[in-house]
Amino acid sequence: MLNQSPRQIIKERRLQDDTWKVVMPVDGQPAFDICLPVGPLLVPLAVWKARKSCLIAREYEHGTPLGIWLAPEDDPAEIASDIDDFTVIAVHFPKFTDGRGYSTARLLRERHGYDGELRAFGDIGRDQIFFLNRVGFDSFVIGEGRSAEDALAGFDDFPETYQAGTDLPIPLFRRRAA
Amino acid sequence: MYRYDDYDHAIVRARVAQFADQTRRYLAGELTDDEFRPLRLQNGLYIQRHGPMLRLAVPYGLLSAAQLRRFADIARRYDRGYGHFTTRHNLQLNWVKLPDVPQILADLAQDELHAIQTSGNCIRNVTTDHFAGVAADEIADPRPWAEILRQWSTFHPEFAYLPRKFKVAVAGAVEDRAAIHVHDLGLQLVKGPTGEIGFKVYAGGGLGRTPLLGQVVREFLPWEHLLTYTEALVRVFNRHGRRDNAFKARIKILVKALGGEEFARQVEAEWSSLQGGPSTLTEAEVERVSAQFGPPAYETLAADDLCHLAHLREDKAFARWVERNVQSHKVPGYAAVTLSLKKPGTAPGDASSEQMEAAAELAERFSFGEIRVAHEQNLILADVPQRELYTVWHRAKAAGLASPTVGLLQDLIACPGGDYCALANARSLPIAAAIQERFADLDYQHDIGEFALNISGCMNSCGHHHLGAIGILGVDKNGEEWYQVTLGGRQGTDARIGEVIGRSFAAVEVPDVVERLIGVYLAARHADERFIDTVDRLGFEPFRAAAYPNTHQSRRVANA
Repeated sequence: MLNQSPRQIIKERRLQDDTWKVVMPVDGQPAFDICLPVGPLLVPLAVWKARKSCLIAREYEHGTPLGIWLAPEDDPAEIASDIDDFTVIAVHFPKFTDGRGYSTARLLRERHGYDGELRAFGDIGRDQIFFLNRVGFDSFVIGEGRSAEDALAGFDDFPETYQAGTDLPIPLFRRRAA
Repeated sequence: MYRYDDYDHAIVRARVAQFADQTRRYLAGELTDDEFRPLRLQNGLYIQRHGPMLRLAVPYGLLSAAQLRRFADIARRYDRGYGHFTTRHNLQLNWVKLPDVPQILADLAQDELHAIQTSGNCIRNVTTDHFAGVAADEIADPRPWAEILRQWSTFHPEFAYLPRKFKVAVAGAVEDRAAIHVHDLGLQLVKGPTGEIGFKVYAGGGLGRTPLLGQVVREFLPWEHLLTYTEALVRVFNRHGRRDNAFKARIKILVKALGGEEFARQVEAEWSSLQGGPSTLTEAEVERVSAQFGPPAYETLAADDLCHLAHLREDKAFARWVERNVQSHKVPGYAAVTLSLKKPGTAPGDASSEQMEAAAELAERFSFGEIRVAHEQNLILADVPQRELYTVWHRAKAAGLASPTVGLLQDLIACPGGDYCALANARSLPIAAAIQERFADLDYQHDIGEFALNISGCMNSCGHHHLGAIGILGVDKNGEEWYQVTLGGRQGTDARIGEVIGRSFAAVEVPDVVERLIGVYLAARHADERFIDTVDRLGFEPFRAAAYPNTHQSRRVANA
């Protein structure tokens, strides 16, 4: 199953056109049974693991960049050794109240050293974007029925933060002291 | 106490603006109920029986007189002139109106107050010992650490949507007065082999449907690693805590499922890559925060004030109040005073605006302008000169804050229950009132002695019934209110979960049952034995037999 890619996403704090498509298998659909259309794709972890060589060949032969998406329960350590292959890693938020993806993002950035595009998609909007931005996401696909334009305001919810984040790795107490 | 600098002010003001906008969007129909719910909960706003309930934060239980006056003003202006202090130091208002809440938060912010993370599936208000800084048995003052944790947990970007709420308590004395064993994360300040400060770390404690005591996950955590280690621990919970069933989503279920050792191993593994990172605490920061909790300008006083001793001899009622409501202090000539919020006829923990103002004035005049909220739902003046105790007593009495029953039966702990709370299965307050009435005689109460009685209106256990020597839990049976009785619970260093004694009782039976249980104690006690000691010595059987005199229930349960 293929989700039509949204025309616009938030990236670099503004709306931008986007061409990535999310490959979203239906329940129980085996990884080898999923058709992979032309163009840049975000594939689920299971598809990546099952069809790694085919996906890499697409990149080598057609220059199609590699992308993957992780579900809340996926362990980012599973892609640690391939991490530099991806142009985009996306993290899915099926429900905005499921906060596992925030830890996933920090692990990708801080533990596994991922410095490519890190995308949040799913049930997210204006009221999540400040925290998402702080844990390392730098592109955002705003959930259906929500305004991406409005969501931009969320970046400025707080002028200061106490903790270290991926956006600002020095906690306030060290900056206060300076 | 900790005073905000420009950074703290800016962060809290930003929250006020953010929530005002979220409320506006909700009222305009731009946010659905489901979208708004987690947002309002993280600002302490529930929808309850009488409309919204707003829970105001009292970080680690410490308030200035000005802050308490602000609470009084808000309760009067936006509510019905009273509030309810909870077992986690906070103040609940039961009758606020949703459109007023942004303005309430703006008013609070003027006095460095807020409702941040007083509810919701996030890191909640950090609680501690109400005698912090003045207790003679203190190893180290827990308040600076609680403040450091408050800042770290406030709007922590990774932990706003945890599987379930996450409560942290810090204890700094030999005796645990912060109930760290029944918190998601309990931190006990300890000294290491060379005298350095650190923490013994407990995780996975909690009450509710599955009462469990926390397990030790680290014997000694050097102080500088407090934040990185806690971050690792909460991350393990965030990633692996159950999200399929709200009743099984607390960290205690994860710790129990993995076993304490395996959980600790996972935390250590997570920590190994955070340890030594930029969130490692610095001496400068600990000094900056600690300096704000330094001792007030104590006078040099004699250990015993002669005038005070004379009052003790001459005024029996005063002496009785001192015996129960005044605690010793590590500074000679000073004492800590408990202002009781357990006046018979009012709900335990309730305080009117006038009482809050009276307490604020007492604090200003006699206790360096600070008040603490105890988790037993009383207020504390921590630094009162002995020579002022008589005056304090008179004024407290006039304000209805001097019930001489701290630690006795009347000092029972109760949640707001079914009268206010939408979650409750049964009412708590009428039960509390009936028990207080039954034992109203002060001589009787003093004869019974130290007693912890806790009442919760439902399994969520806000009244900590599992920790009562006698615990009472409201249960729903076919739409009727019934009450289950537990025995043998206790808080503190040797915390233990009480056990159910048998079938539940109708509301009218409860005072009789309590009296019969106490009767067993009065008949069998040894000299200097507290109720709980007699329960330990005799076991449950004589108590069961007294609770169910006309049935074979006791035998059946005993053999079950």
